[in-house]
Amino acid sequence: MDVIHLLVVELSRFQFALTALYHFMFVPLTLGLTFILAAMETAYVITGKEIYKDMTQFWGKLFGINFAIGVATGLTMEFEFGTNWSMYSRFFGDIFGTPLAIEGLMAFFMESTFIGLMFFGWDRLSRGAHLAVTYIVALGSNISALWILVANACMNMPAGAHFDPETMRLTSTSFVALVFNPDAQAKAVHTSVAGFVTASMFVMGISAFYLLRKQHREFAARSFRMAALFGIISTIAVITLGDVLGRLDYEHQPTKVAAMEGLWETSKPPYEPWILFGIPNDKKQTNYLEVGVPFVLTPLLTHDFKTPILGIKELQIQAGPKIESGIQAVSALKRYSENHQQTDLDIFKTHQKDMGYGFLASQYAPDQDVTKIKSEHIPTIVKKTKSDIYPNVFVTFWAFRIMVFLAIYFFIVFAMASYVSLRREIEKHRIFLKIISWSIPLPFIASEFGWITAEVGRQPWTIFEILPTVISSSTHSSGYMIFSLIGFLLLYSIFIAAELFLMFKFARLGPQIHQEQTSSLQTIFTYQKG
Amino acid sequence: MEYYVIIKLIWAVILCVLFIGLGLMVGMDMGVGILLRFVGKNDIERRTTLNIIGPHWEGNQVWFILGAGAIFAAFPTLYATAFSVFYVVMILMLFSMILRPVAFEYRSKIDQGFWRTSWDWIFLISGFFPMFVCGAAFGNILQGVGYHFIWNGQYFQDESFWSYLINPFAILCGLLSVSLSIFQGGMMLMIRSEDPIYSRAKKYATMAAIVATCLFIVGGIWIFQIKGFVLASGDPAMSPNPLFGQHVITYKGAWLHNYYDYPILWSLPIWGILCMLGAVLMAQSNKPACGWWIGLGIWIGVIGTVGAAMFPFFMPSTTAPDQSLTIWNSCGSLYGLICMAILVCIFVPIILSYTSWCFYVMRGKVKTASIIKDHHSY
Ligand code: HDD
Ligand code: HEM
Ligand code: HEM
Repeated sequence: MDVIHLLVVELSRFQFALTALYHFMFVPLTLGLTFILAAMETAYVITGKEIYKDMTQFWGKLFGINFAIGVATGLTMEFEFGTNWSMYSRFFGDIFGTPLAIEGLMAFFMESTFIGLMFFGWDRLSRGAHLAVTYIVALGSNISALWILVANACMNMPAGAHFDPETMRLTSTSFVALVFNPDAQAKAVHTSVAGFVTASMFVMGISAFYLLRKQHREFAARSFRMAALFGIISTIAVITLGDVLGRLDYEHQPTKVAAMEGLWETSKPPYEPWILFGIPNDKKQTNYLEVGVPFVLTPLLTHDFKTPILGIKELQIQAGPKIESGIQAVSALKRYSENHQQTDLDIFKTHQKDMGYGFLASQYAPDQDVTKIKSEHIPTIVKKTKSDIYPNVFVTFWAFRIMVFLAIYFFIVFAMASYVSLRREIEKHRIFLKIISWSIPLPFIASEFGWITAEVGRQPWTIFEILPTVISSSTHSSGYMIFSLIGFLLLYSIFIAAELFLMFKFARLGPQIHQEQTSSLQTIFTYQKG
Repeated sequence: MEYYVIIKLIWAVILCVLFIGLGLMVGMDMGVGILLRFVGKNDIERRTTLNIIGPHWEGNQVWFILGAGAIFAAFPTLYATAFSVFYVVMILMLFSMILRPVAFEYRSKIDQGFWRTSWDWIFLISGFFPMFVCGAAFGNILQGVGYHFIWNGQYFQDESFWSYLINPFAILCGLLSVSLSIFQGGMMLMIRSEDPIYSRAKKYATMAAIVATCLFIVGGIWIFQIKGFVLASGDPAMSPNPLFGQHVITYKGAWLHNYYDYPILWSLPIWGILCMLGAVLMAQSNKPACGWWIGLGIWIGVIGTVGAAMFPFFMPSTTAPDQSLTIWNSCGSLYGLICMAILVCIFVPIILSYTSWCFYVMRGKVKTASIIKDHHSY
């Protein structure tokens, strides 16, 4: 029987989430650290002080350790759409493949070719040329983020596409609409500056560690100050753009927003509180132990005081007719694909906008075939499908809150750090330095939870309201999935162990300050003579 | 509708160009990886070997990524079907492939015997396996793959992965691509190394070129025995849906029918063989730079030969031949293909020019002494 096994779908989701989250453990640092490297090298070229060159080379070494795994895990991502999401790739490839290919053409080639020169070209390029190379690498990595986010945005907010019943897939209609999708613009900036926050905390944290141990003091103090200033600007930007993203979600993805805010009932403006703490229960459709700040939610999302925000229960009621109409659409589509009757096409056209809901319902149809649904069973199928139209609220709600709470924490830390380091008193505040060096992992955590908000919140769709996740996956057996999952778990564990080991080793070792370097060169020289 | 056919053909050509780039550049790095343990007898020789491609492997690898991305964008149905039909093989290739970036970056960071030897073995595996699988995939495709589609365009597989792994013709194709990559890697090593690495690379490159010639000829004869596919009817301008519009027949030796129809095509395999022989000559007469460029000629010959035989097929189906994926029925929309083609025409020349500049900057022999001195090197 040609059906999709739901277990395979679940395992594919798990594998995708695992590999994507893993990729994104390395990406933010690349996005930010490349620009910090460029800034340090600029200082070197302008002032000519060797210390800035040492700084660039030392942080460059840590960058290299991180970059390798970013590339390795990125390769996995590029393949996974084909290997694991075949229906999705075929259905959406005409649109989605384009930004992915452009990413390769425009960004990866640039970044990866010049990164070789960045590491190996110190003695072969003039100072100016090497600086240019470093900037190209930084630009390349951030352009790659831009394109991948254009791809991601068109899953959340499909634009520049229409469904073609002849080819059974979305067809590209406007490249411009695809690229200038407002969600893509906002996401790209939010993610890039999130990377800057990550890198700033990384540089600041390691510098704080040296300051605590009174090692490389001049070097560490300078790195610290640069990172603190870079960090405070980036944090302000990340929060501003986060607000824009929230608003876009409010306009285009009501189920995601309701889940992010834990809204079961439609909100009552203007009093409606922004929930600080609560335990959403998906089964009972209610929140336990809710604590909130009144009058905040409505202006936060809608930027006014009167518009109500739809709750999940109301969204479910609204979904009922859409599901029924969707079942009509998909049935007509199937009949049309079998005997090409104009009447079926006409029926399809009238219900076309609800097609996605029909696909969503197909998992409950006999043999996953909606044409086999008897009319008396439609109400039960609609009822079952209604429980699927929104994401897991507990996860979305908390993922969003963790990101936002951390953003506030970063703001405070960077603000204080900038203040004390500009007054050159930083070495006096040892407890603060300790806190900072322990905060290195937090921006990574914020980014991961940002993605969990975005991706889990998009469920049950891979293409919002058009293609549900349950029919997006490939159709192979669960045995295949277990094989690949075990492999990824094994390999990726080795990777992270090796990466952390080397990171700690080289961070502990510290920078090779210029005098040490020349003396070690001299020993080699004499060794060769002798 | 005419434009649609033209743009489909243009994309088939672009794909060939990308595959040639992939074979040449990625193949070269993989070849160096395979040879690492054999041309470098001690640690410092191995480090020298790695640093020869050190500044370039990362950029070269993008050919591989771009290959996948271009199939996704231009032939989405092919991407969706081929990658998941070959799931187990693809994942194995991916596993070996993703070890390589880590190996480059981490191997020389710790000065300890076991650590370095382990990574050296990983270089061998992660060079050999992906090249082998890429070649073998073509071998499998030439014999047809078991899959069919249902009404909504979802594919279903009709064959187990064992038949893709253990299959003599596919193994032959896999070994051909491995030996080509060893040759290319050997040339690069000869260009930028000194003795003793130089003479070892010379030995292996010569052997690889000879083996490749034999495998290519044997494969060519074998093709006569293989059940090929012919598109009996099908409008090149058809709307891309594999369910309708094609009729495919199969018979023994059918892959040669394009060659019978257009005898000029025989020049492709002949060119391939001549280049391979030229490659042996160049390696032996110490002209690695010429040899490297002849490597480009070989890849053009090999991919051209296979492409000419299969045209217009991408991945024929044995269980539902009429649903075989061809250039005509697996591509993107007219609009999408045009947009992408414009971008490719802008960016590929730019890429080629900065890649060449990068090679130019890093030109010259890599000396062991400078490796010890330079703490940026691998
Ligand atoms: C250092 C990391 C970091 C920090 C401090 C923040 N974010 Fe964020 N956020 C991300 C890192 C991130 C991210 C990982 O980069 C995401 C995942 C998807 C994306 O586009 O960016 C993201 C996604 C994301 C989304 C989901 C977008 C979607 O639905 O597709 C929203 C609504 C916000 N963010 C909002 C905020 C707000 C209001 C913040 C602060 C007050 C905030 N983010 C701080
Ligand atoms: C262009 C970028 C991305 C695209 C196109 C994309 C696409 C997808 C797809 C197809 C799925 C499968 C559907 C599902 O499992 O529900 C998915 C799930 C997921 N992705 Fe992404 N993803 C992207 C980036 C990321 C990144 C960078 C991360 C994290 C770092 C991420 C995190 C997740 C998670 C956590 C899930 C699981 C959601 C769930 O199972 O409920 N995604 N994404
Ligand atoms: C799920 C979809 C994704 C795919 C298919 C993907 C693919 C890839 C690939 C193939 C590489 C290796 C490139 C090379 O060899 O140079 C890579 C690296 C990279 N990716 Fe992703 N990626 C995905 C998600 C993301 C997201 C969401 C971002 C950023 C917002 C991102 C940013 C980067 C960056 C900056 C690099 C450079 C190297 C590094 O990671 O350290 N990627 N990605």
